[in-house]
Amino acid sequence: MSGLLTLRGMSRTSLEGLLDRAQSFVGATLSEPGHHIGATVATVFFEPSTRTRLSFEKAAHNLGCHVMSLSPEHSSTTKGESLKDTILTLTAMGTDLLVIRHWLADAADLAAGWSGRPVVNAGIGRREHPTQTLIDALTLRQRFGRLDGLRMAVVGDIRNSRVARGHLAGLPTLGVELTLVGPTPFLPVVDPWGVRKATDLDDELGDQDVIYLLRIQRERGAVLPSEAGYARRFGMNRERLSMLKPGAVVMHPGPINRGLEIDDFAADSERSLILDQVANGVPVRMAVLSAGLEVPE
Amino acid sequence: MIVIRGARVLRAAGVDEATVVIEGDSVRSVGESPLVNGVRVIDAAGAWLGPGLVDLHAHFRDPGQTWKEDLDSGARAAAAGGYTAVLTMPNTDPPVDGRASATAAMARAKAVGIIELVVAGSLTKGRAGVEMADFDAMYDAGVRVFTDDGDAVPQAGLLRAIMAYLTDLAGAVIAEHAEDRSLAGTGHMHEGKVAARLGVEGLPGLAEDVIVARDLAVAAETGARVHIQHVSTATSVDLIRSARERGVVVTAEVTPHHLALDESALEDLDPNLKMYPPLRSSEDRIALVDGLREGVLDAVATDHAPHTPAEKAVPFEEAPRGVIGLETAAAVVMTWALGSDQAAFFDRMSIAPAGIAGLERHGNAVEPGSPANLTLFDPSRRWVPGTFASKSENSPFTGVELTGRVLATIYEGSVSYEEGL
Repeated sequence: MSGLLTLRGMSRTSLEGLLDRAQSFVGATLSEPGHHIGATVATVFFEPSTRTRLSFEKAAHNLGCHVMSLSPEHSSTTKGESLKDTILTLTAMGTDLLVIRHWLADAADLAAGWSGRPVVNAGIGRREHPTQTLIDALTLRQRFGRLDGLRMAVVGDIRNSRVARGHLAGLPTLGVELTLVGPTPFLPVVDPWGVRKATDLDDELGDQDVIYLLRIQRERGAVLPSEAGYARRFGMNRERLSMLKPGAVVMHPGPINRGLEIDDFAADSERSLILDQVANGVPVRMAVLSAGLEVPE
Repeated sequence: MIVIRGARVLRAAGVDEATVVIEGDSVRSVGESPLVNGVRVIDAAGAWLGPGLVDLHAHFRDPGQTWKEDLDSGARAAAAGGYTAVLTMPNTDPPVDGRASATAAMARAKAVGIIELVVAGSLTKGRAGVEMADFDAMYDAGVRVFTDDGDAVPQAGLLRAIMAYLTDLAGAVIAEHAEDRSLAGTGHMHEGKVAARLGVEGLPGLAEDVIVARDLAVAAETGARVHIQHVSTATSVDLIRSARERGVVVTAEVTPHHLALDESALEDLDPNLKMYPPLRSSEDRIALVDGLREGVLDAVATDHAPHTPAEKAVPFEEAPRGVIGLETAAAVVMTWALGSDQAAFFDRMSIAPAGIAGLERHGNAVEPGSPANLTLFDPSRRWVPGTFASKSENSPFTGVELTGRVLATIYEGSVSYEEGL
């Protein structure tokens, strides 16, 4: 395995293998012997992140790796050249694996080419956020005991969402049936996936096993006539929770805008898996890092 | 004196196998001819001979960015592609937008020698899209085609005033880069399936369609001659067809890359496939090929836009827009659009563009007395582009096997390029 750039094209067997490996790391702590003692993992985040960066770094520590952590200027006026310089510098310093977050769609692929090292995509542009998708798959597998046949509505700012694109790249392979839900301007203009789409959330609530809420990304250009209008049409709240079928759950990749895409009641309810998602961040990233660091035969 | 034997010659009445004798700067005879001693004889069995190719749309970056291209390297690239005349765009630094810049550009263009180089002038001062440029001064300097290429005229009111003014200048043409800024936004590729999957900001075909529709409406009212540059959408082709049926004086061009490639080529985010307008959907591409065959799209134009390897070796979204095209255009057009139709090939590549730009010494059927601006093209030769006469290498066809190769270019009676004769 050479890092993780995309879930697109990965077989069901390899995806399930990663989930199995992640499950084996659930509950692992620093006190357990690391599998990759002495390896150096660099986390390079050109966009802000809290939980993703922290969980990658915790995962690396748990595996016994050294971590080099870089946060170049968060300005989107920083040119791609600084990405190349950063990657070459880190490679020359003896980095064994790079974890990258960047706003440019080809940043992870270019980094892999420049460095010749395994690269893990920690959120690239609007393109994909594969470890978030694996976290959500693992969380659902723990809850439902299966993924095959689960119905998930992904609700909100699909057009700007790398999380949604990661789900579209990986979850159908695992048997999850996706429906994209949101106001028309938030849905893809052209649909390369052939996925079901809906603009009325209430029509979907009774049919779905998972309501997956997305953050509205104003920083990527999302425009709404009013927040209140959006919350009325698409916000997850007490009333909408009551319309879900028994056993259905609510998820969100964070960070949450409470009161907009989800209210306090829904976020903190028993149906919410939001904290389970956060908890699975470390084992999933341990799985991805350890697979990436394995020396190929 | 040059004698070309055995070629299929594009004559006024159609294609005919004949021996062509060139003397001085013109064609002396076409037909059976005894071999004369002491002259150059080119044996061209099976090759096409026709009027030298004419490009309505090239960027030679001179003055301003001569590390990418200059008049000499651009002219050599043109000759290597079978071109005998090229119209360069005015978005140089400084731009061609008035008396001094137009006079200087025309004088330098005349000195080039191996092709006829003519310059287009800007529509607005400094290409800023605010005030009309000094059309009379540029017209006096010999400019006939006016464009703010790279940008459309932003306001319909200004466009209407420009079109009304230019109807008074005989032969003047308004060439538009049809792209609405507010719809194009910061798009990097066609707003289609690939952009959706990769999450890359898209540039919708609608950005072109609304400007084409607007320009055709204003041209219909003013009677101005409008030329739509690098048409890229099926809707634009339909708009142009129906406007022409209503009597609007409109011509249009299409690039080789839009005829050959579509958005699916962008899956790997190769900066050498980034240009504006972007590669569109496969449906659009097919409509462009049909439009060129039908003649709704009059001419092929390269939009030759050189950028150095270093400038292109950056992330896709930060890469400069544009690809080179002069040296591969003939083969690409034959391979992907016009096939073995020699008459259509020379019409769309030479006769029609020469007519649009008013270039009288180009685009003429090969007949006694015609100017000796000619292209000899082997329609069956296979080759793979790898090195270029251009200073730049940003071709989408590097490493791609093409069919059809320019064997020789003759400019004003002299061989300006030859390949393996």
